[in-house]
Amino acid sequence: MNTADHTPHFRRVALLWLIATAILTPIVIFVFGPGLPPGNGSAQAAGQVTDNTVLLALSVPVAMAVLVTLGYEIWAFRERDLTGPVLDGPAITGNSSVQMWWLIITTSLVLFLAGFGSVRLLEDGSGGGQGPSPLVNPAGYKHALQVQVLAQQWNFTYRYPGYGGVETPMLELPANTLVEFHVTSLDVVHSFWAYQLGVKADANPGVDNIAYVNTTHPTLINIHCAELCGVWHGYMFQTGKVVSKADFASWIQGAQKTYAPAAKNLTPYSKTYFPSPLGRGA
Amino acid sequence: MARRTVLTLSATLLVIAAIAAYVFLYLTNVPGSATAAQTANGAQLNLATVPAAATNDPHPTWVSYYVTNGQGTGWQHDTTFVVPAHSLVHVTIRQYDSSSGLRNPFISQATGTVGGTFTLDGKTMQAINPDLASHVFAIPQLGVSVPLAGIPDNAKNACGNAPCDPSTTAHTTTTFTFRTGAKGLYRWQCFVPCGAGYVLDFGGPMQTVGYMDGFLKVV
Repeated sequence: MNTADHTPHFRRVALLWLIATAILTPIVIFVFGPGLPPGNGSAQAAGQVTDNTVLLALSVPVAMAVLVTLGYEIWAFRERDLTGPVLDGPAITGNSSVQMWWLIITTSLVLFLAGFGSVRLLEDGSGGGQGPSPLVNPAGYKHALQVQVLAQQWNFTYRYPGYGGVETPMLELPANTLVEFHVTSLDVVHSFWAYQLGVKADANPGVDNIAYVNTTHPTLINIHCAELCGVWHGYMFQTGKVVSKADFASWIQGAQKTYAPAAKNLTPYSKTYFPSPLGRGA
Repeated sequence: MARRTVLTLSATLLVIAAIAAYVFLYLTNVPGSATAAQTANGAQLNLATVPAAATNDPHPTWVSYYVTNGQGTGWQHDTTFVVPAHSLVHVTIRQYDSSSGLRNPFISQATGTVGGTFTLDGKTMQAINPDLASHVFAIPQLGVSVPLAGIPDNAKNACGNAPCDPSTTAHTTTTFTFRTGAKGLYRWQCFVPCGAGYVLDFGGPMQTVGYMDGFLKVV
């Protein structure tokens, strides 16, 4: 056993870590970052891409510290004499300095990310459901396009209270518009997940869950239920659209005409609904 | 020691065999299907909805869809319907159940059918009173949804369990046509909470393929 090993292992690992981090962090930010989910279908979605990029970039030095150390140790402390008996290496001893710095650095990172996430969340709600009394109301929210999302086993429909409360089987939104989603359910708990918009909001019966999103450009939206809600949960998906304002105006006008027969039967627009009828004869 | 080894190996083999049997049964236990009849104008699908499945069914109290022939007889308990791609599908549904009402009145209007209409007992309509809906035939992925009106609660000669005789028992008849798209497997379902006795009446037959939901196999 060589107890007088003066090889500068720590410095070597630190140097390798620095090189790996310096190479990989810009790659993560500038190459992988723009391709991270959920894309740029809305201002909130683009913000989430930024957030994911920050998270991934900050995880690179940590991951490199672990991987470089592991790789170096496998290489540096390998058994060189394969002909002799296998000997145990030097006993592992604690290093309070390393432990302390590891705790300080990782704790600082976690606390920074908690603060960063909170600030980002408070900027515009990040497309998340904020319940019936949103903490974050974006600028101009009083003039937002209101769209109610009605979830039920196993489909979504949409009501537009600003257009006579018309209900439609598909979601269509105008581009460059602040949209105020009111997400609720007619039966069990669902979750409205509009992927390209970066919107995810739980749909609970009797609860008006508000989520804001700023649409930017025409795009298709993959809509899924993100809460296990029964046998057809996996089939509870749709494709929605963000279209130009002119196309939206034309579409909503057509929808009012197309769905006029159902409109006569609709219950008055309400922020919430409770399952009714509860069942047969109820 | 040898005995322990034998026991361990036997138990291991037993578990592997059980897993293999489960996977085999899962892969081979495919629900039955019914192919729509071909006509000069497209495919013809004849269906029926009943308040309760046949008395010899594993769930004789569950509401259910059935496949019938054009006369409403020849009942077959399948809910996977095979229809041709890019074709018109004419559907006739004899409905023997009473009304439950719709949780979402929007579904009282037919969508996705040719002309956006259906016929109820021969009368062309776009929507029904949502309170009178007994069931719905909907294929969400194709945008097809048609409400089925119930028979009056006090209807004479109401049918109990399948099969029901269309010449002697009360029923409504709904017809509509829709166009299929590309080949694929599409799910269909009822949207009326009609699974009585389960949470929000959406359990049991509502969540079991073979009763109030199934597949449209477009080939």
